[in-house]
Amino acid sequence: MTLEASFHIPRSGFTLDAHFSLPPRGVSALFGPSGSGKTTILRCVAGLERAPRGRLVVNGQCWQEQASFLPPHRRPVGYVFQESSLFPHLNVQANLRYGQRRVPAAARRVDFDDTVGLFGLGDLLARHPDQLSGGQRQRVAMARALLTSPELLLMDEPMASLDEASKADILPYLEQLHTGLDIPVLYVSHQIGEVARLADYMVLLEQGRVLAEGRLQDLLTRTDLPLAHSEQASSFVDATVLRHDSQHHLTELSSNAGTLWVSRVDKPVGRPQRVQILARDVAVALSPPVDSSVNNCLAVTIAGISDDPNPGHALLQLDAGGERLLSRITRRSCERLALAPGAQVYALIKGVSLR
Amino acid sequence: MPGLNEADWIALQLTLKLALISTTLLMLSCLPLAWWLAHSRSRMKVLVEALVALPLVLPPTVIGFYLLILLGPRGAVGGFLERAGIGHLAFTFTGLVIGSMLYSLPFVVQPLQNAFQSIGRRPLEVAATLRAGPLDRFLTVVVPLARRGFLSAAVLSFAHTLGEFGVLLMIGGSIPGQTQVASIAIYSHAEAMDYGAAHSLSLVLMVLAFVMLLSVYALNKRFRLVGVIQ
Repeated sequence: MTLEASFHIPRSGFTLDAHFSLPPRGVSALFGPSGSGKTTILRCVAGLERAPRGRLVVNGQCWQEQASFLPPHRRPVGYVFQESSLFPHLNVQANLRYGQRRVPAAARRVDFDDTVGLFGLGDLLARHPDQLSGGQRQRVAMARALLTSPELLLMDEPMASLDEASKADILPYLEQLHTGLDIPVLYVSHQIGEVARLADYMVLLEQGRVLAEGRLQDLLTRTDLPLAHSEQASSFVDATVLRHDSQHHLTELSSNAGTLWVSRVDKPVGRPQRVQILARDVAVALSPPVDSSVNNCLAVTIAGISDDPNPGHALLQLDAGGERLLSRITRRSCERLALAPGAQVYALIKGVSLR
Repeated sequence: MPGLNEADWIALQLTLKLALISTTLLMLSCLPLAWWLAHSRSRMKVLVEALVALPLVLPPTVIGFYLLILLGPRGAVGGFLERAGIGHLAFTFTGLVIGSMLYSLPFVVQPLQNAFQSIGRRPLEVAATLRAGPLDRFLTVVVPLARRGFLSAAVLSFAHTLGEFGVLLMIGGSIPGQTQVASIAIYSHAEAMDYGAAHSLSLVLMVLAFVMLLSVYALNKRFRLVGVIQ
């Protein structure tokens, strides 16, 4: 899949003027604060809204340009709305079939039974939407969108209307999109944690404009962008399960950055697991400590040092076997250890979060 | 209490025919209007809404009077039809249909508009992203979700036409077999002091209306008439 978009929409207060392109696979996040125009862009891609001036080319096909505009029902996209969007007059089965039936048999690449299994909907098929929990409804909505065999799946904050328990219920299914299915996803969110857990690529929006776009990890750790300077500044590492230590309830993960010990993960050996590492949880040392409680210590190179909003802090960019980590330390420590770009140091990671 | 005579039966048949025809035509013509009112952001909307609601507050005789003038041989519409060789519409069955449609307009438009508004745009957008075209969306999403609105509109329009009197008397007069519907026949009977005949026909109308509403309620226990005025 290739996508090139350019939308220009005058709004009261600001003008949405977004140009971006997406990588052919994986999960791309449209990330930005509320009111930055994320949902509007998603609706323009789906054809639910028409930008007065816009151009959208997907897989070499023109969906919008000047006077030409492909109506939404002719666009091979799946759309998952923010709140429950199931048809109240149809049961789960009929909701799931609604889109699938309208796709020519030859174009159906997603199997009904497989999808029902994948989203754990087998026992819910005869129920009506009002008999489902919020999390179940969104699972049905995702499966329903996928059953149209879309070339692109659009998701508008599918967890925004859910409580914490339902979010936990639905996240594993969202992660499957990432690992299990070969359909590119454009995911709108204003939750960086959600994005860090799910996305590979990010389009960063602010006030209707694209601030930056690129690999998620690059954008998270770029010190010229606001993300690296936020309280929750973090980076992530894609790892695989190496082995379990059942005695200490720990799991060892292997990654390009090195091996990491985390709290026990309920996944078999060899399965992928993404971990998030907060900048404030990473300390540095000139030599590997032998008498520390910290479990994870990685050999890294300092790639850059920059100022942080707090004048007492410095933000380090660390290169760990090609992976980028952030470390927020005090300026005093930075001077005391005489840290400089290019120096070989050790990153002490106090906390590795599985989200 | 004497039974119904032949003229009464004819009046009753005429009433049912009028109710059926005007309800069918109203449902078809009000659908796009109600849809537009439910979704439009045009400034014209309030004007149209007020016009549609007018028959609710006007005395039926006012509507009947203007229609008589408009559709009569010297009226703008009637005169034109007369010159075209079709003939004017005062004191004709067609005139009755036009009169009762106009008078029942809000009873059809408002339940439909309310139903469409309560559905909102979202289910239609969802259906569009699931590859349903405009007509498909209407038939598979709007119709099932607005079924109570449709039912309310049809029942209200039918029942309202059964009970209509003033407009029909003005525009149609009381020509047996042509424009004398049951309600007008009852009035004629009462005027002629034939209370027995008036009683019989009144009872038939009352039972008819009651059975109609009862069967609708029984068919769908959840059925409620959608409020005519919000």
